[in-house]
Amino acid sequence: MTLLNTFFNIPILVGTFPLLLSGLLVTLQIGVTSIVAGLIGGLFLALVRMYAPGLVRALAKIYIDIFRSIPLLVLLIVVYYALPFVGIRLSSFFSAVTALTLVSSAYTAEIFRAGIEAIPHGQFEASEALGFSRRHMMIDIVLPQAIKIVIPPLTNNCINVLKDTALASVVAMPDLLKQATQAQALSANPTPLIGAALIYVALLWPLVAIVARLEKRFGPERR
Amino acid sequence: MAALIRISNLNKSYGIFQVLHGIDLDIGEGEVVCVIGPSGSGKSTLIRCINHLESFSGEGSITVDGIAVAPGKNLAKVRAEVGMVFQSFNLFPHLTVLKNVMIAPMRVRGTSAIEAQRKAHELLARVGIAEQADKYPGKLSGGQQQRVAIARALAMEPKVLLFDEPTSSLDPEMVGEVLDVMKTLAGTGVTMVVVTHEMGFARQVADRVIFMDGGRIVEAGTPSEIFDTPQQERTRSFLRAVLNH
Repeated sequence: MTLLNTFFNIPILVGTFPLLLSGLLVTLQIGVTSIVAGLIGGLFLALVRMYAPGLVRALAKIYIDIFRSIPLLVLLIVVYYALPFVGIRLSSFFSAVTALTLVSSAYTAEIFRAGIEAIPHGQFEASEALGFSRRHMMIDIVLPQAIKIVIPPLTNNCINVLKDTALASVVAMPDLLKQATQAQALSANPTPLIGAALIYVALLWPLVAIVARLEKRFGPERR
Repeated sequence: MAALIRISNLNKSYGIFQVLHGIDLDIGEGEVVCVIGPSGSGKSTLIRCINHLESFSGEGSITVDGIAVAPGKNLAKVRAEVGMVFQSFNLFPHLTVLKNVMIAPMRVRGTSAIEAQRKAHELLARVGIAEQADKYPGKLSGGQQQRVAIARALAMEPKVLLFDEPTSSLDPEMVGEVLDVMKTLAGTGVTMVVVTHEMGFARQVADRVIFMDGGRIVEAGTPSEIFDTPQQERTRSFLRAVLNH
């Protein structure tokens, strides 16, 4: 019974649940903002990385490589604690969103690039032979086909971003994890932490299941 | 006959391997030219240079209807006038057959959707697949897909149609339906350049047959000149090999 009282203390869970929900809301705000910004930035980066003139293209590649190498926690702490020394002072929300977006766009760019490169060369040739401008070739022919290929890995990336939002608690962001640790301190009981863990799982398990189904549906052999 | 396509001193290399050696060729308006020759003779590369799917450099030049084929602003203009049918069809798999035929006139020529659709239905009827308009290309047989590809190229009302081995990836029983469409087209006065291994088609439909080998035009002439009285030994040995089996 002590085990249940320690880890699954219902009254404590009920009492701290509103706090956890407000944390969940913050987690979702950080996550969704970073995901959307990362998608836009990633697509832009991928196109630059593939089609821009030499030097710009090289810069895009360097950006992508750096932000895929740097640990997110390190980047977040740099953004929040180091940038103020050069006068760039971001709120903890924007610090978290900035760090997540910088990294997510690098990964997303590589996903988009792989998707575009998976489109058979004949599709580009057919569009060119018909006189398509490069813009219309991408918008009408290449990207609609690439989207199907990149949806499973992009969804995977969304899951990663949502999970990584938990790091925002380090920069004093009242996200789900932060609220849970505070609730744990207040109630002197780890139940809120367990509650938070369960909420993360409840949020992400469906996405994980969706990725598996998408991979089946859009798998390379089905295109 | 005025020359619609002028190719002069065209050279093309992949690294140190030279695929085309100083090709000179004029193709007249309304002419049907079949290019034959062994694999690797440069015949596909030659027609892919005409719409600059293959780049070429040096002093060689190609003009289509007086416009130079070169990278830059005019290239899309040239390409809009030069239709191409590929060996592997290259239809757009995410668009229906109808949309495949509609999209280029709408995007490149700015044709209205209503007009593009009317035209697409007409062209699909012409190539004999009107009833497949709402299907996706993946649901069609190879022969049907290639006929859609021909309709897609025709939708741009090109001055020239290039065919790059259009029947080479088809099942044998589907070759005929595609060749029939091409024969009908040849009768309408559209300029056609056809790279093909179908000697019967070349003999029956071509105004001029060009035999290529080793990146050079070995011999050119009317079908009967090439097939009945070839002058070059290389042409004779090639024809012996492809016709006697």
